[in-house]
Amino acid sequence: MSRRPIWLLAALVGFALPFAAQAQTPGGKVSIVTSYSKDLTDPIKKAFQAAMPGITLDVQNRNTNAGVKYLEETKANNQVDIFWASAPDAFEALKGKTLLQKYTPKATGIPAKIGQFPINDPDGFYFGFAASGYGIMWNERYVKAKKLPEPKEWQDLAAPAYFDHVSMAAPSRSGTTHLTIETVLQGEGWDKGWATLKAVSGNFREVTERSFGVPEAVNSGQVGYGIVIDFFAFSSQATGFPVKFVYPSVTTIVPANIGIVANAPNKAGAEAFIEFLLSPKGQEILFDPGIRRLPVNPSVYAKAPAGYPNPFTDPRLNSMVKFDVKTSEHRNNVVDALFDQIVTFQLADLKGATRAIEDAETALAKKDNPQARALVTEARALVAAMPVTEAEASAGETTGAFTGGKKKEKGARQAELEQTWAAFAKEHYAQAKTKAEEALKLAK
Amino acid sequence: MNAMTRRSGAIPLLGSVGAGRATAGQVVLALGILVFLVLFLVWPVATVIWVAFTEKGTGAFTLVNFYDFARTDLFVRAFWNSFYVSAMAVVFASAFALPLAYITSRFAFRGAAVIQILGFLPLIMPPFVGAVALQLFFGRNGSINLLLDDWFGFKVPFMEGLNGVVFVQSIHYFPFILINLSAALRNIDRAMEEAAQNLGSSGFRLFRRIVFPLALPGYVAGASLVFVKVFDDLATPLLLNVKDMLAPQAYLRVTSIGITDPMGYVISVVLIVTSVAAMWAASLATRNIDYATVQRGGGGLVRRSLKPWETVAAYAVIAVILLLVLAPHFGLLLLSFATIWSFSPLPDAYTVAHYARVFGESSLYIKNTLIYASLAGLIDIAVGTAIAYLVLRTKLPGRASLDTIATAALAIPGIVLGIGYLRSYYGVELWDGTPLASLWIVIVLALAIRRLPYALRACHAALQQISVSLEEAAENLGATKMRTVRRVVIPLMTGGLAAGFVTSFATAAVELSATLMLVQSNADAPLAYGLYVFMQSPAGRGAGAALGVIAVVIVAASTVLSQLLVERDRRSKAGHS
Repeated sequence: MSRRPIWLLAALVGFALPFAAQAQTPGGKVSIVTSYSKDLTDPIKKAFQAAMPGITLDVQNRNTNAGVKYLEETKANNQVDIFWASAPDAFEALKGKTLLQKYTPKATGIPAKIGQFPINDPDGFYFGFAASGYGIMWNERYVKAKKLPEPKEWQDLAAPAYFDHVSMAAPSRSGTTHLTIETVLQGEGWDKGWATLKAVSGNFREVTERSFGVPEAVNSGQVGYGIVIDFFAFSSQATGFPVKFVYPSVTTIVPANIGIVANAPNKAGAEAFIEFLLSPKGQEILFDPGIRRLPVNPSVYAKAPAGYPNPFTDPRLNSMVKFDVKTSEHRNNVVDALFDQIVTFQLADLKGATRAIEDAETALAKKDNPQARALVTEARALVAAMPVTEAEASAGETTGAFTGGKKKEKGARQAELEQTWAAFAKEHYAQAKTKAEEALKLAK
Repeated sequence: MNAMTRRSGAIPLLGSVGAGRATAGQVVLALGILVFLVLFLVWPVATVIWVAFTEKGTGAFTLVNFYDFARTDLFVRAFWNSFYVSAMAVVFASAFALPLAYITSRFAFRGAAVIQILGFLPLIMPPFVGAVALQLFFGRNGSINLLLDDWFGFKVPFMEGLNGVVFVQSIHYFPFILINLSAALRNIDRAMEEAAQNLGSSGFRLFRRIVFPLALPGYVAGASLVFVKVFDDLATPLLLNVKDMLAPQAYLRVTSIGITDPMGYVISVVLIVTSVAAMWAASLATRNIDYATVQRGGGGLVRRSLKPWETVAAYAVIAVILLLVLAPHFGLLLLSFATIWSFSPLPDAYTVAHYARVFGESSLYIKNTLIYASLAGLIDIAVGTAIAYLVLRTKLPGRASLDTIATAALAIPGIVLGIGYLRSYYGVELWDGTPLASLWIVIVLALAIRRLPYALRACHAALQQISVSLEEAAENLGATKMRTVRRVVIPLMTGGLAAGFVTSFATAAVELSATLMLVQSNADAPLAYGLYVFMQSPAGRGAGAALGVIAVVIVAASTVLSQLLVERDRRSKAGHS
């Protein structure tokens, strides 16, 4: 963040303070923009209004992207008090545009970190109220009908059996998916991480453009497996869909957030709502079968339903990789655009190459042939090859092409970079397919 | 004999009504419409689209983004994919619409009205939940494919890739052709047909040489709408996860968080230019031919009764088409009563709990939807008729640009319009400090602008079919221009106006993309928004479907009602004359 916005914000906060002090007892209407469904907002709204009879909540439901755009376009005459959504990057974007204001929650009993991830924004602009982890969800009927295996780890999904059965949201469209990608990249390193990601992606049925598209497709049985955030699976189960869910051992637990909008017309009311949400009473609502999020207050787990995952004690959820938030933020746009250009928009080519490699490997398993095996290894390497190194991806020239900073950057334009990456991927996938097909001929 | 007169010889005649000099009234009308379009379409969109012409970071004017567009393989591929899909969708939509329109307006046919009503239902496909229903029916593991796989061991990829998009789009948008073509067929002068019959023409030749050419304006209006709508539609490609088409590419880029990427807006400009070009090409196709016929009132084709085997054949054709195009609605109905429906041809069990859940809150949504959609529809036919009149009946300089601007609205992604409205009107405060953009009337305006092209095409086609000589006669008898329009032109256009109103109304009632940006509170929310809110969670699926069914029923009922009113009006007029 440059200096200017901080200065501006300080001025704004200083200006707003005297007014905030006047509003002693919270009351009136609190406007909330949220990406959450009615299943989550309605029970919380009801409980809050019962606890604070003077305040009414006006919940406006927009998807995360639309919500950010909305706050941006209406900032001159802001009418919204609270922004409430999962994706941390949405809050980062709002913070960067000085659309949030600082606050220090008074609620006690909430630790600083959940796993490796800080629960609250270190700068104090937004706060975690619930946690969620990523994992694999599958449709039992689908898996049974097609006699498919049950996965345990991300790498399992790269096996030939899963070809054309897996779905995930695009990281550029889903902040939480982005964090999963970044977890793999940081856990396994840039090159190996991308190799894993592409091996799994080669088995994708589709890359959806919204997070909820994945559980929807798994629930209705259009795809077998989905890489999803846990509560989608839990609430699907609670609704009665025949689905199962597993946390792989390399996963990340990320907080879902809430923040007060800059220039909020009802700041006192907004604070009251946040305090309620973080209080034990508010936290317990998260156990509701239609909500199923993980509370951030460890003490409320005493009242959790049987079998409820507890990220503070469950060893599986604590053995996570170290996650460097700064690295993730810095190259956020580059990683998303890379994924889109080499996976999302090249999915047909990537799948073609993957299929050919998997066929060759199946043939080799029956009858080995060293020459063919070498070709398959080459083909795998071609698929895994990346158009940019980790250093290049984080270089100012590359990141500048995406953020479009005020000063003119020397590097290539975003469209040029994307075209180069896409062409690189397309060509490598085509070569890999040819090699794998040669290998298949040799192995026969 | 050819029923059309080449206009070359008819120009002096045509020119005589209102052509000599533009009257003050016409100028005022044109300016009024121009102001309306600029305020609520051009300016808001320009504030957003402008990014396409600026350099990222500095904001300086540049055309380099268009150069980048042409050099990016993905975009070029996306352009041709969109073009292919749109063209094929017109072909298939015509294949659905032509038989229905022909059979229902040509023959004395029991249930013709029912078919006309059912035929426009596909247009009313509520967002999200419609997609789920379609997947459950036609998807890879939808009912049909599960059964096919079970019985015969193969599947049909209805919903895969570009051809899947063509399939879904043809089902969804063929009513554009059906509605406009049916309106045109009803307006054909019976004398033309009789003359042709007296001269020995009959059967298919009569249809090909006389009936179809006379109805051509209606067909072209519908077909061009289908083409442009499919070209600009993003919901269906996204539903099928086809991303290498232009509209989804624009959407994905415009709505990404935090990235200021001009390419999304560049694609929007390309969409607008292509759409306007397509409309222009369609107008060229019908420009030099005079479709007007003089005889009115009780017109339309002679209804012939069918022989028994013909009746059977006609019913078979209609049944097949209706089964296909109404399958999504049937799926929606099942979904709304289903407990769990997952990887099986039919739901596990049935319940009415979803309706109970939405019952309480839906009345507010329904009221809002009816108000918004009917106001938008009325604005659309008023503005549409005015524009059509100015274009076809006056010689005002630049009158065609009104048509072009209004048509361009078709290519504006809803989200761009929504952002544009917020950007232009949120800063404008009313006397009590509420932002202008937070009033519900802004949602109505956005809906009206988005649906204006539909109504405009219908009005245009309707007016094109009316002979100028009727107006000349009225004016010769001393009627003023206003009075002529009110007493002669508008009544004759009723069928076309109804078609325009119905398309605008029905589609506005299920519109979401612009609405999602503009809804400020639950009290102002229309049905589509309520549906969207439900469809964000697994438990909301059934409730969303129930709300979807309610939306379809309400919109269908209102449409039927408006059509009945028009019919009655038409009959009473025919009785008087």
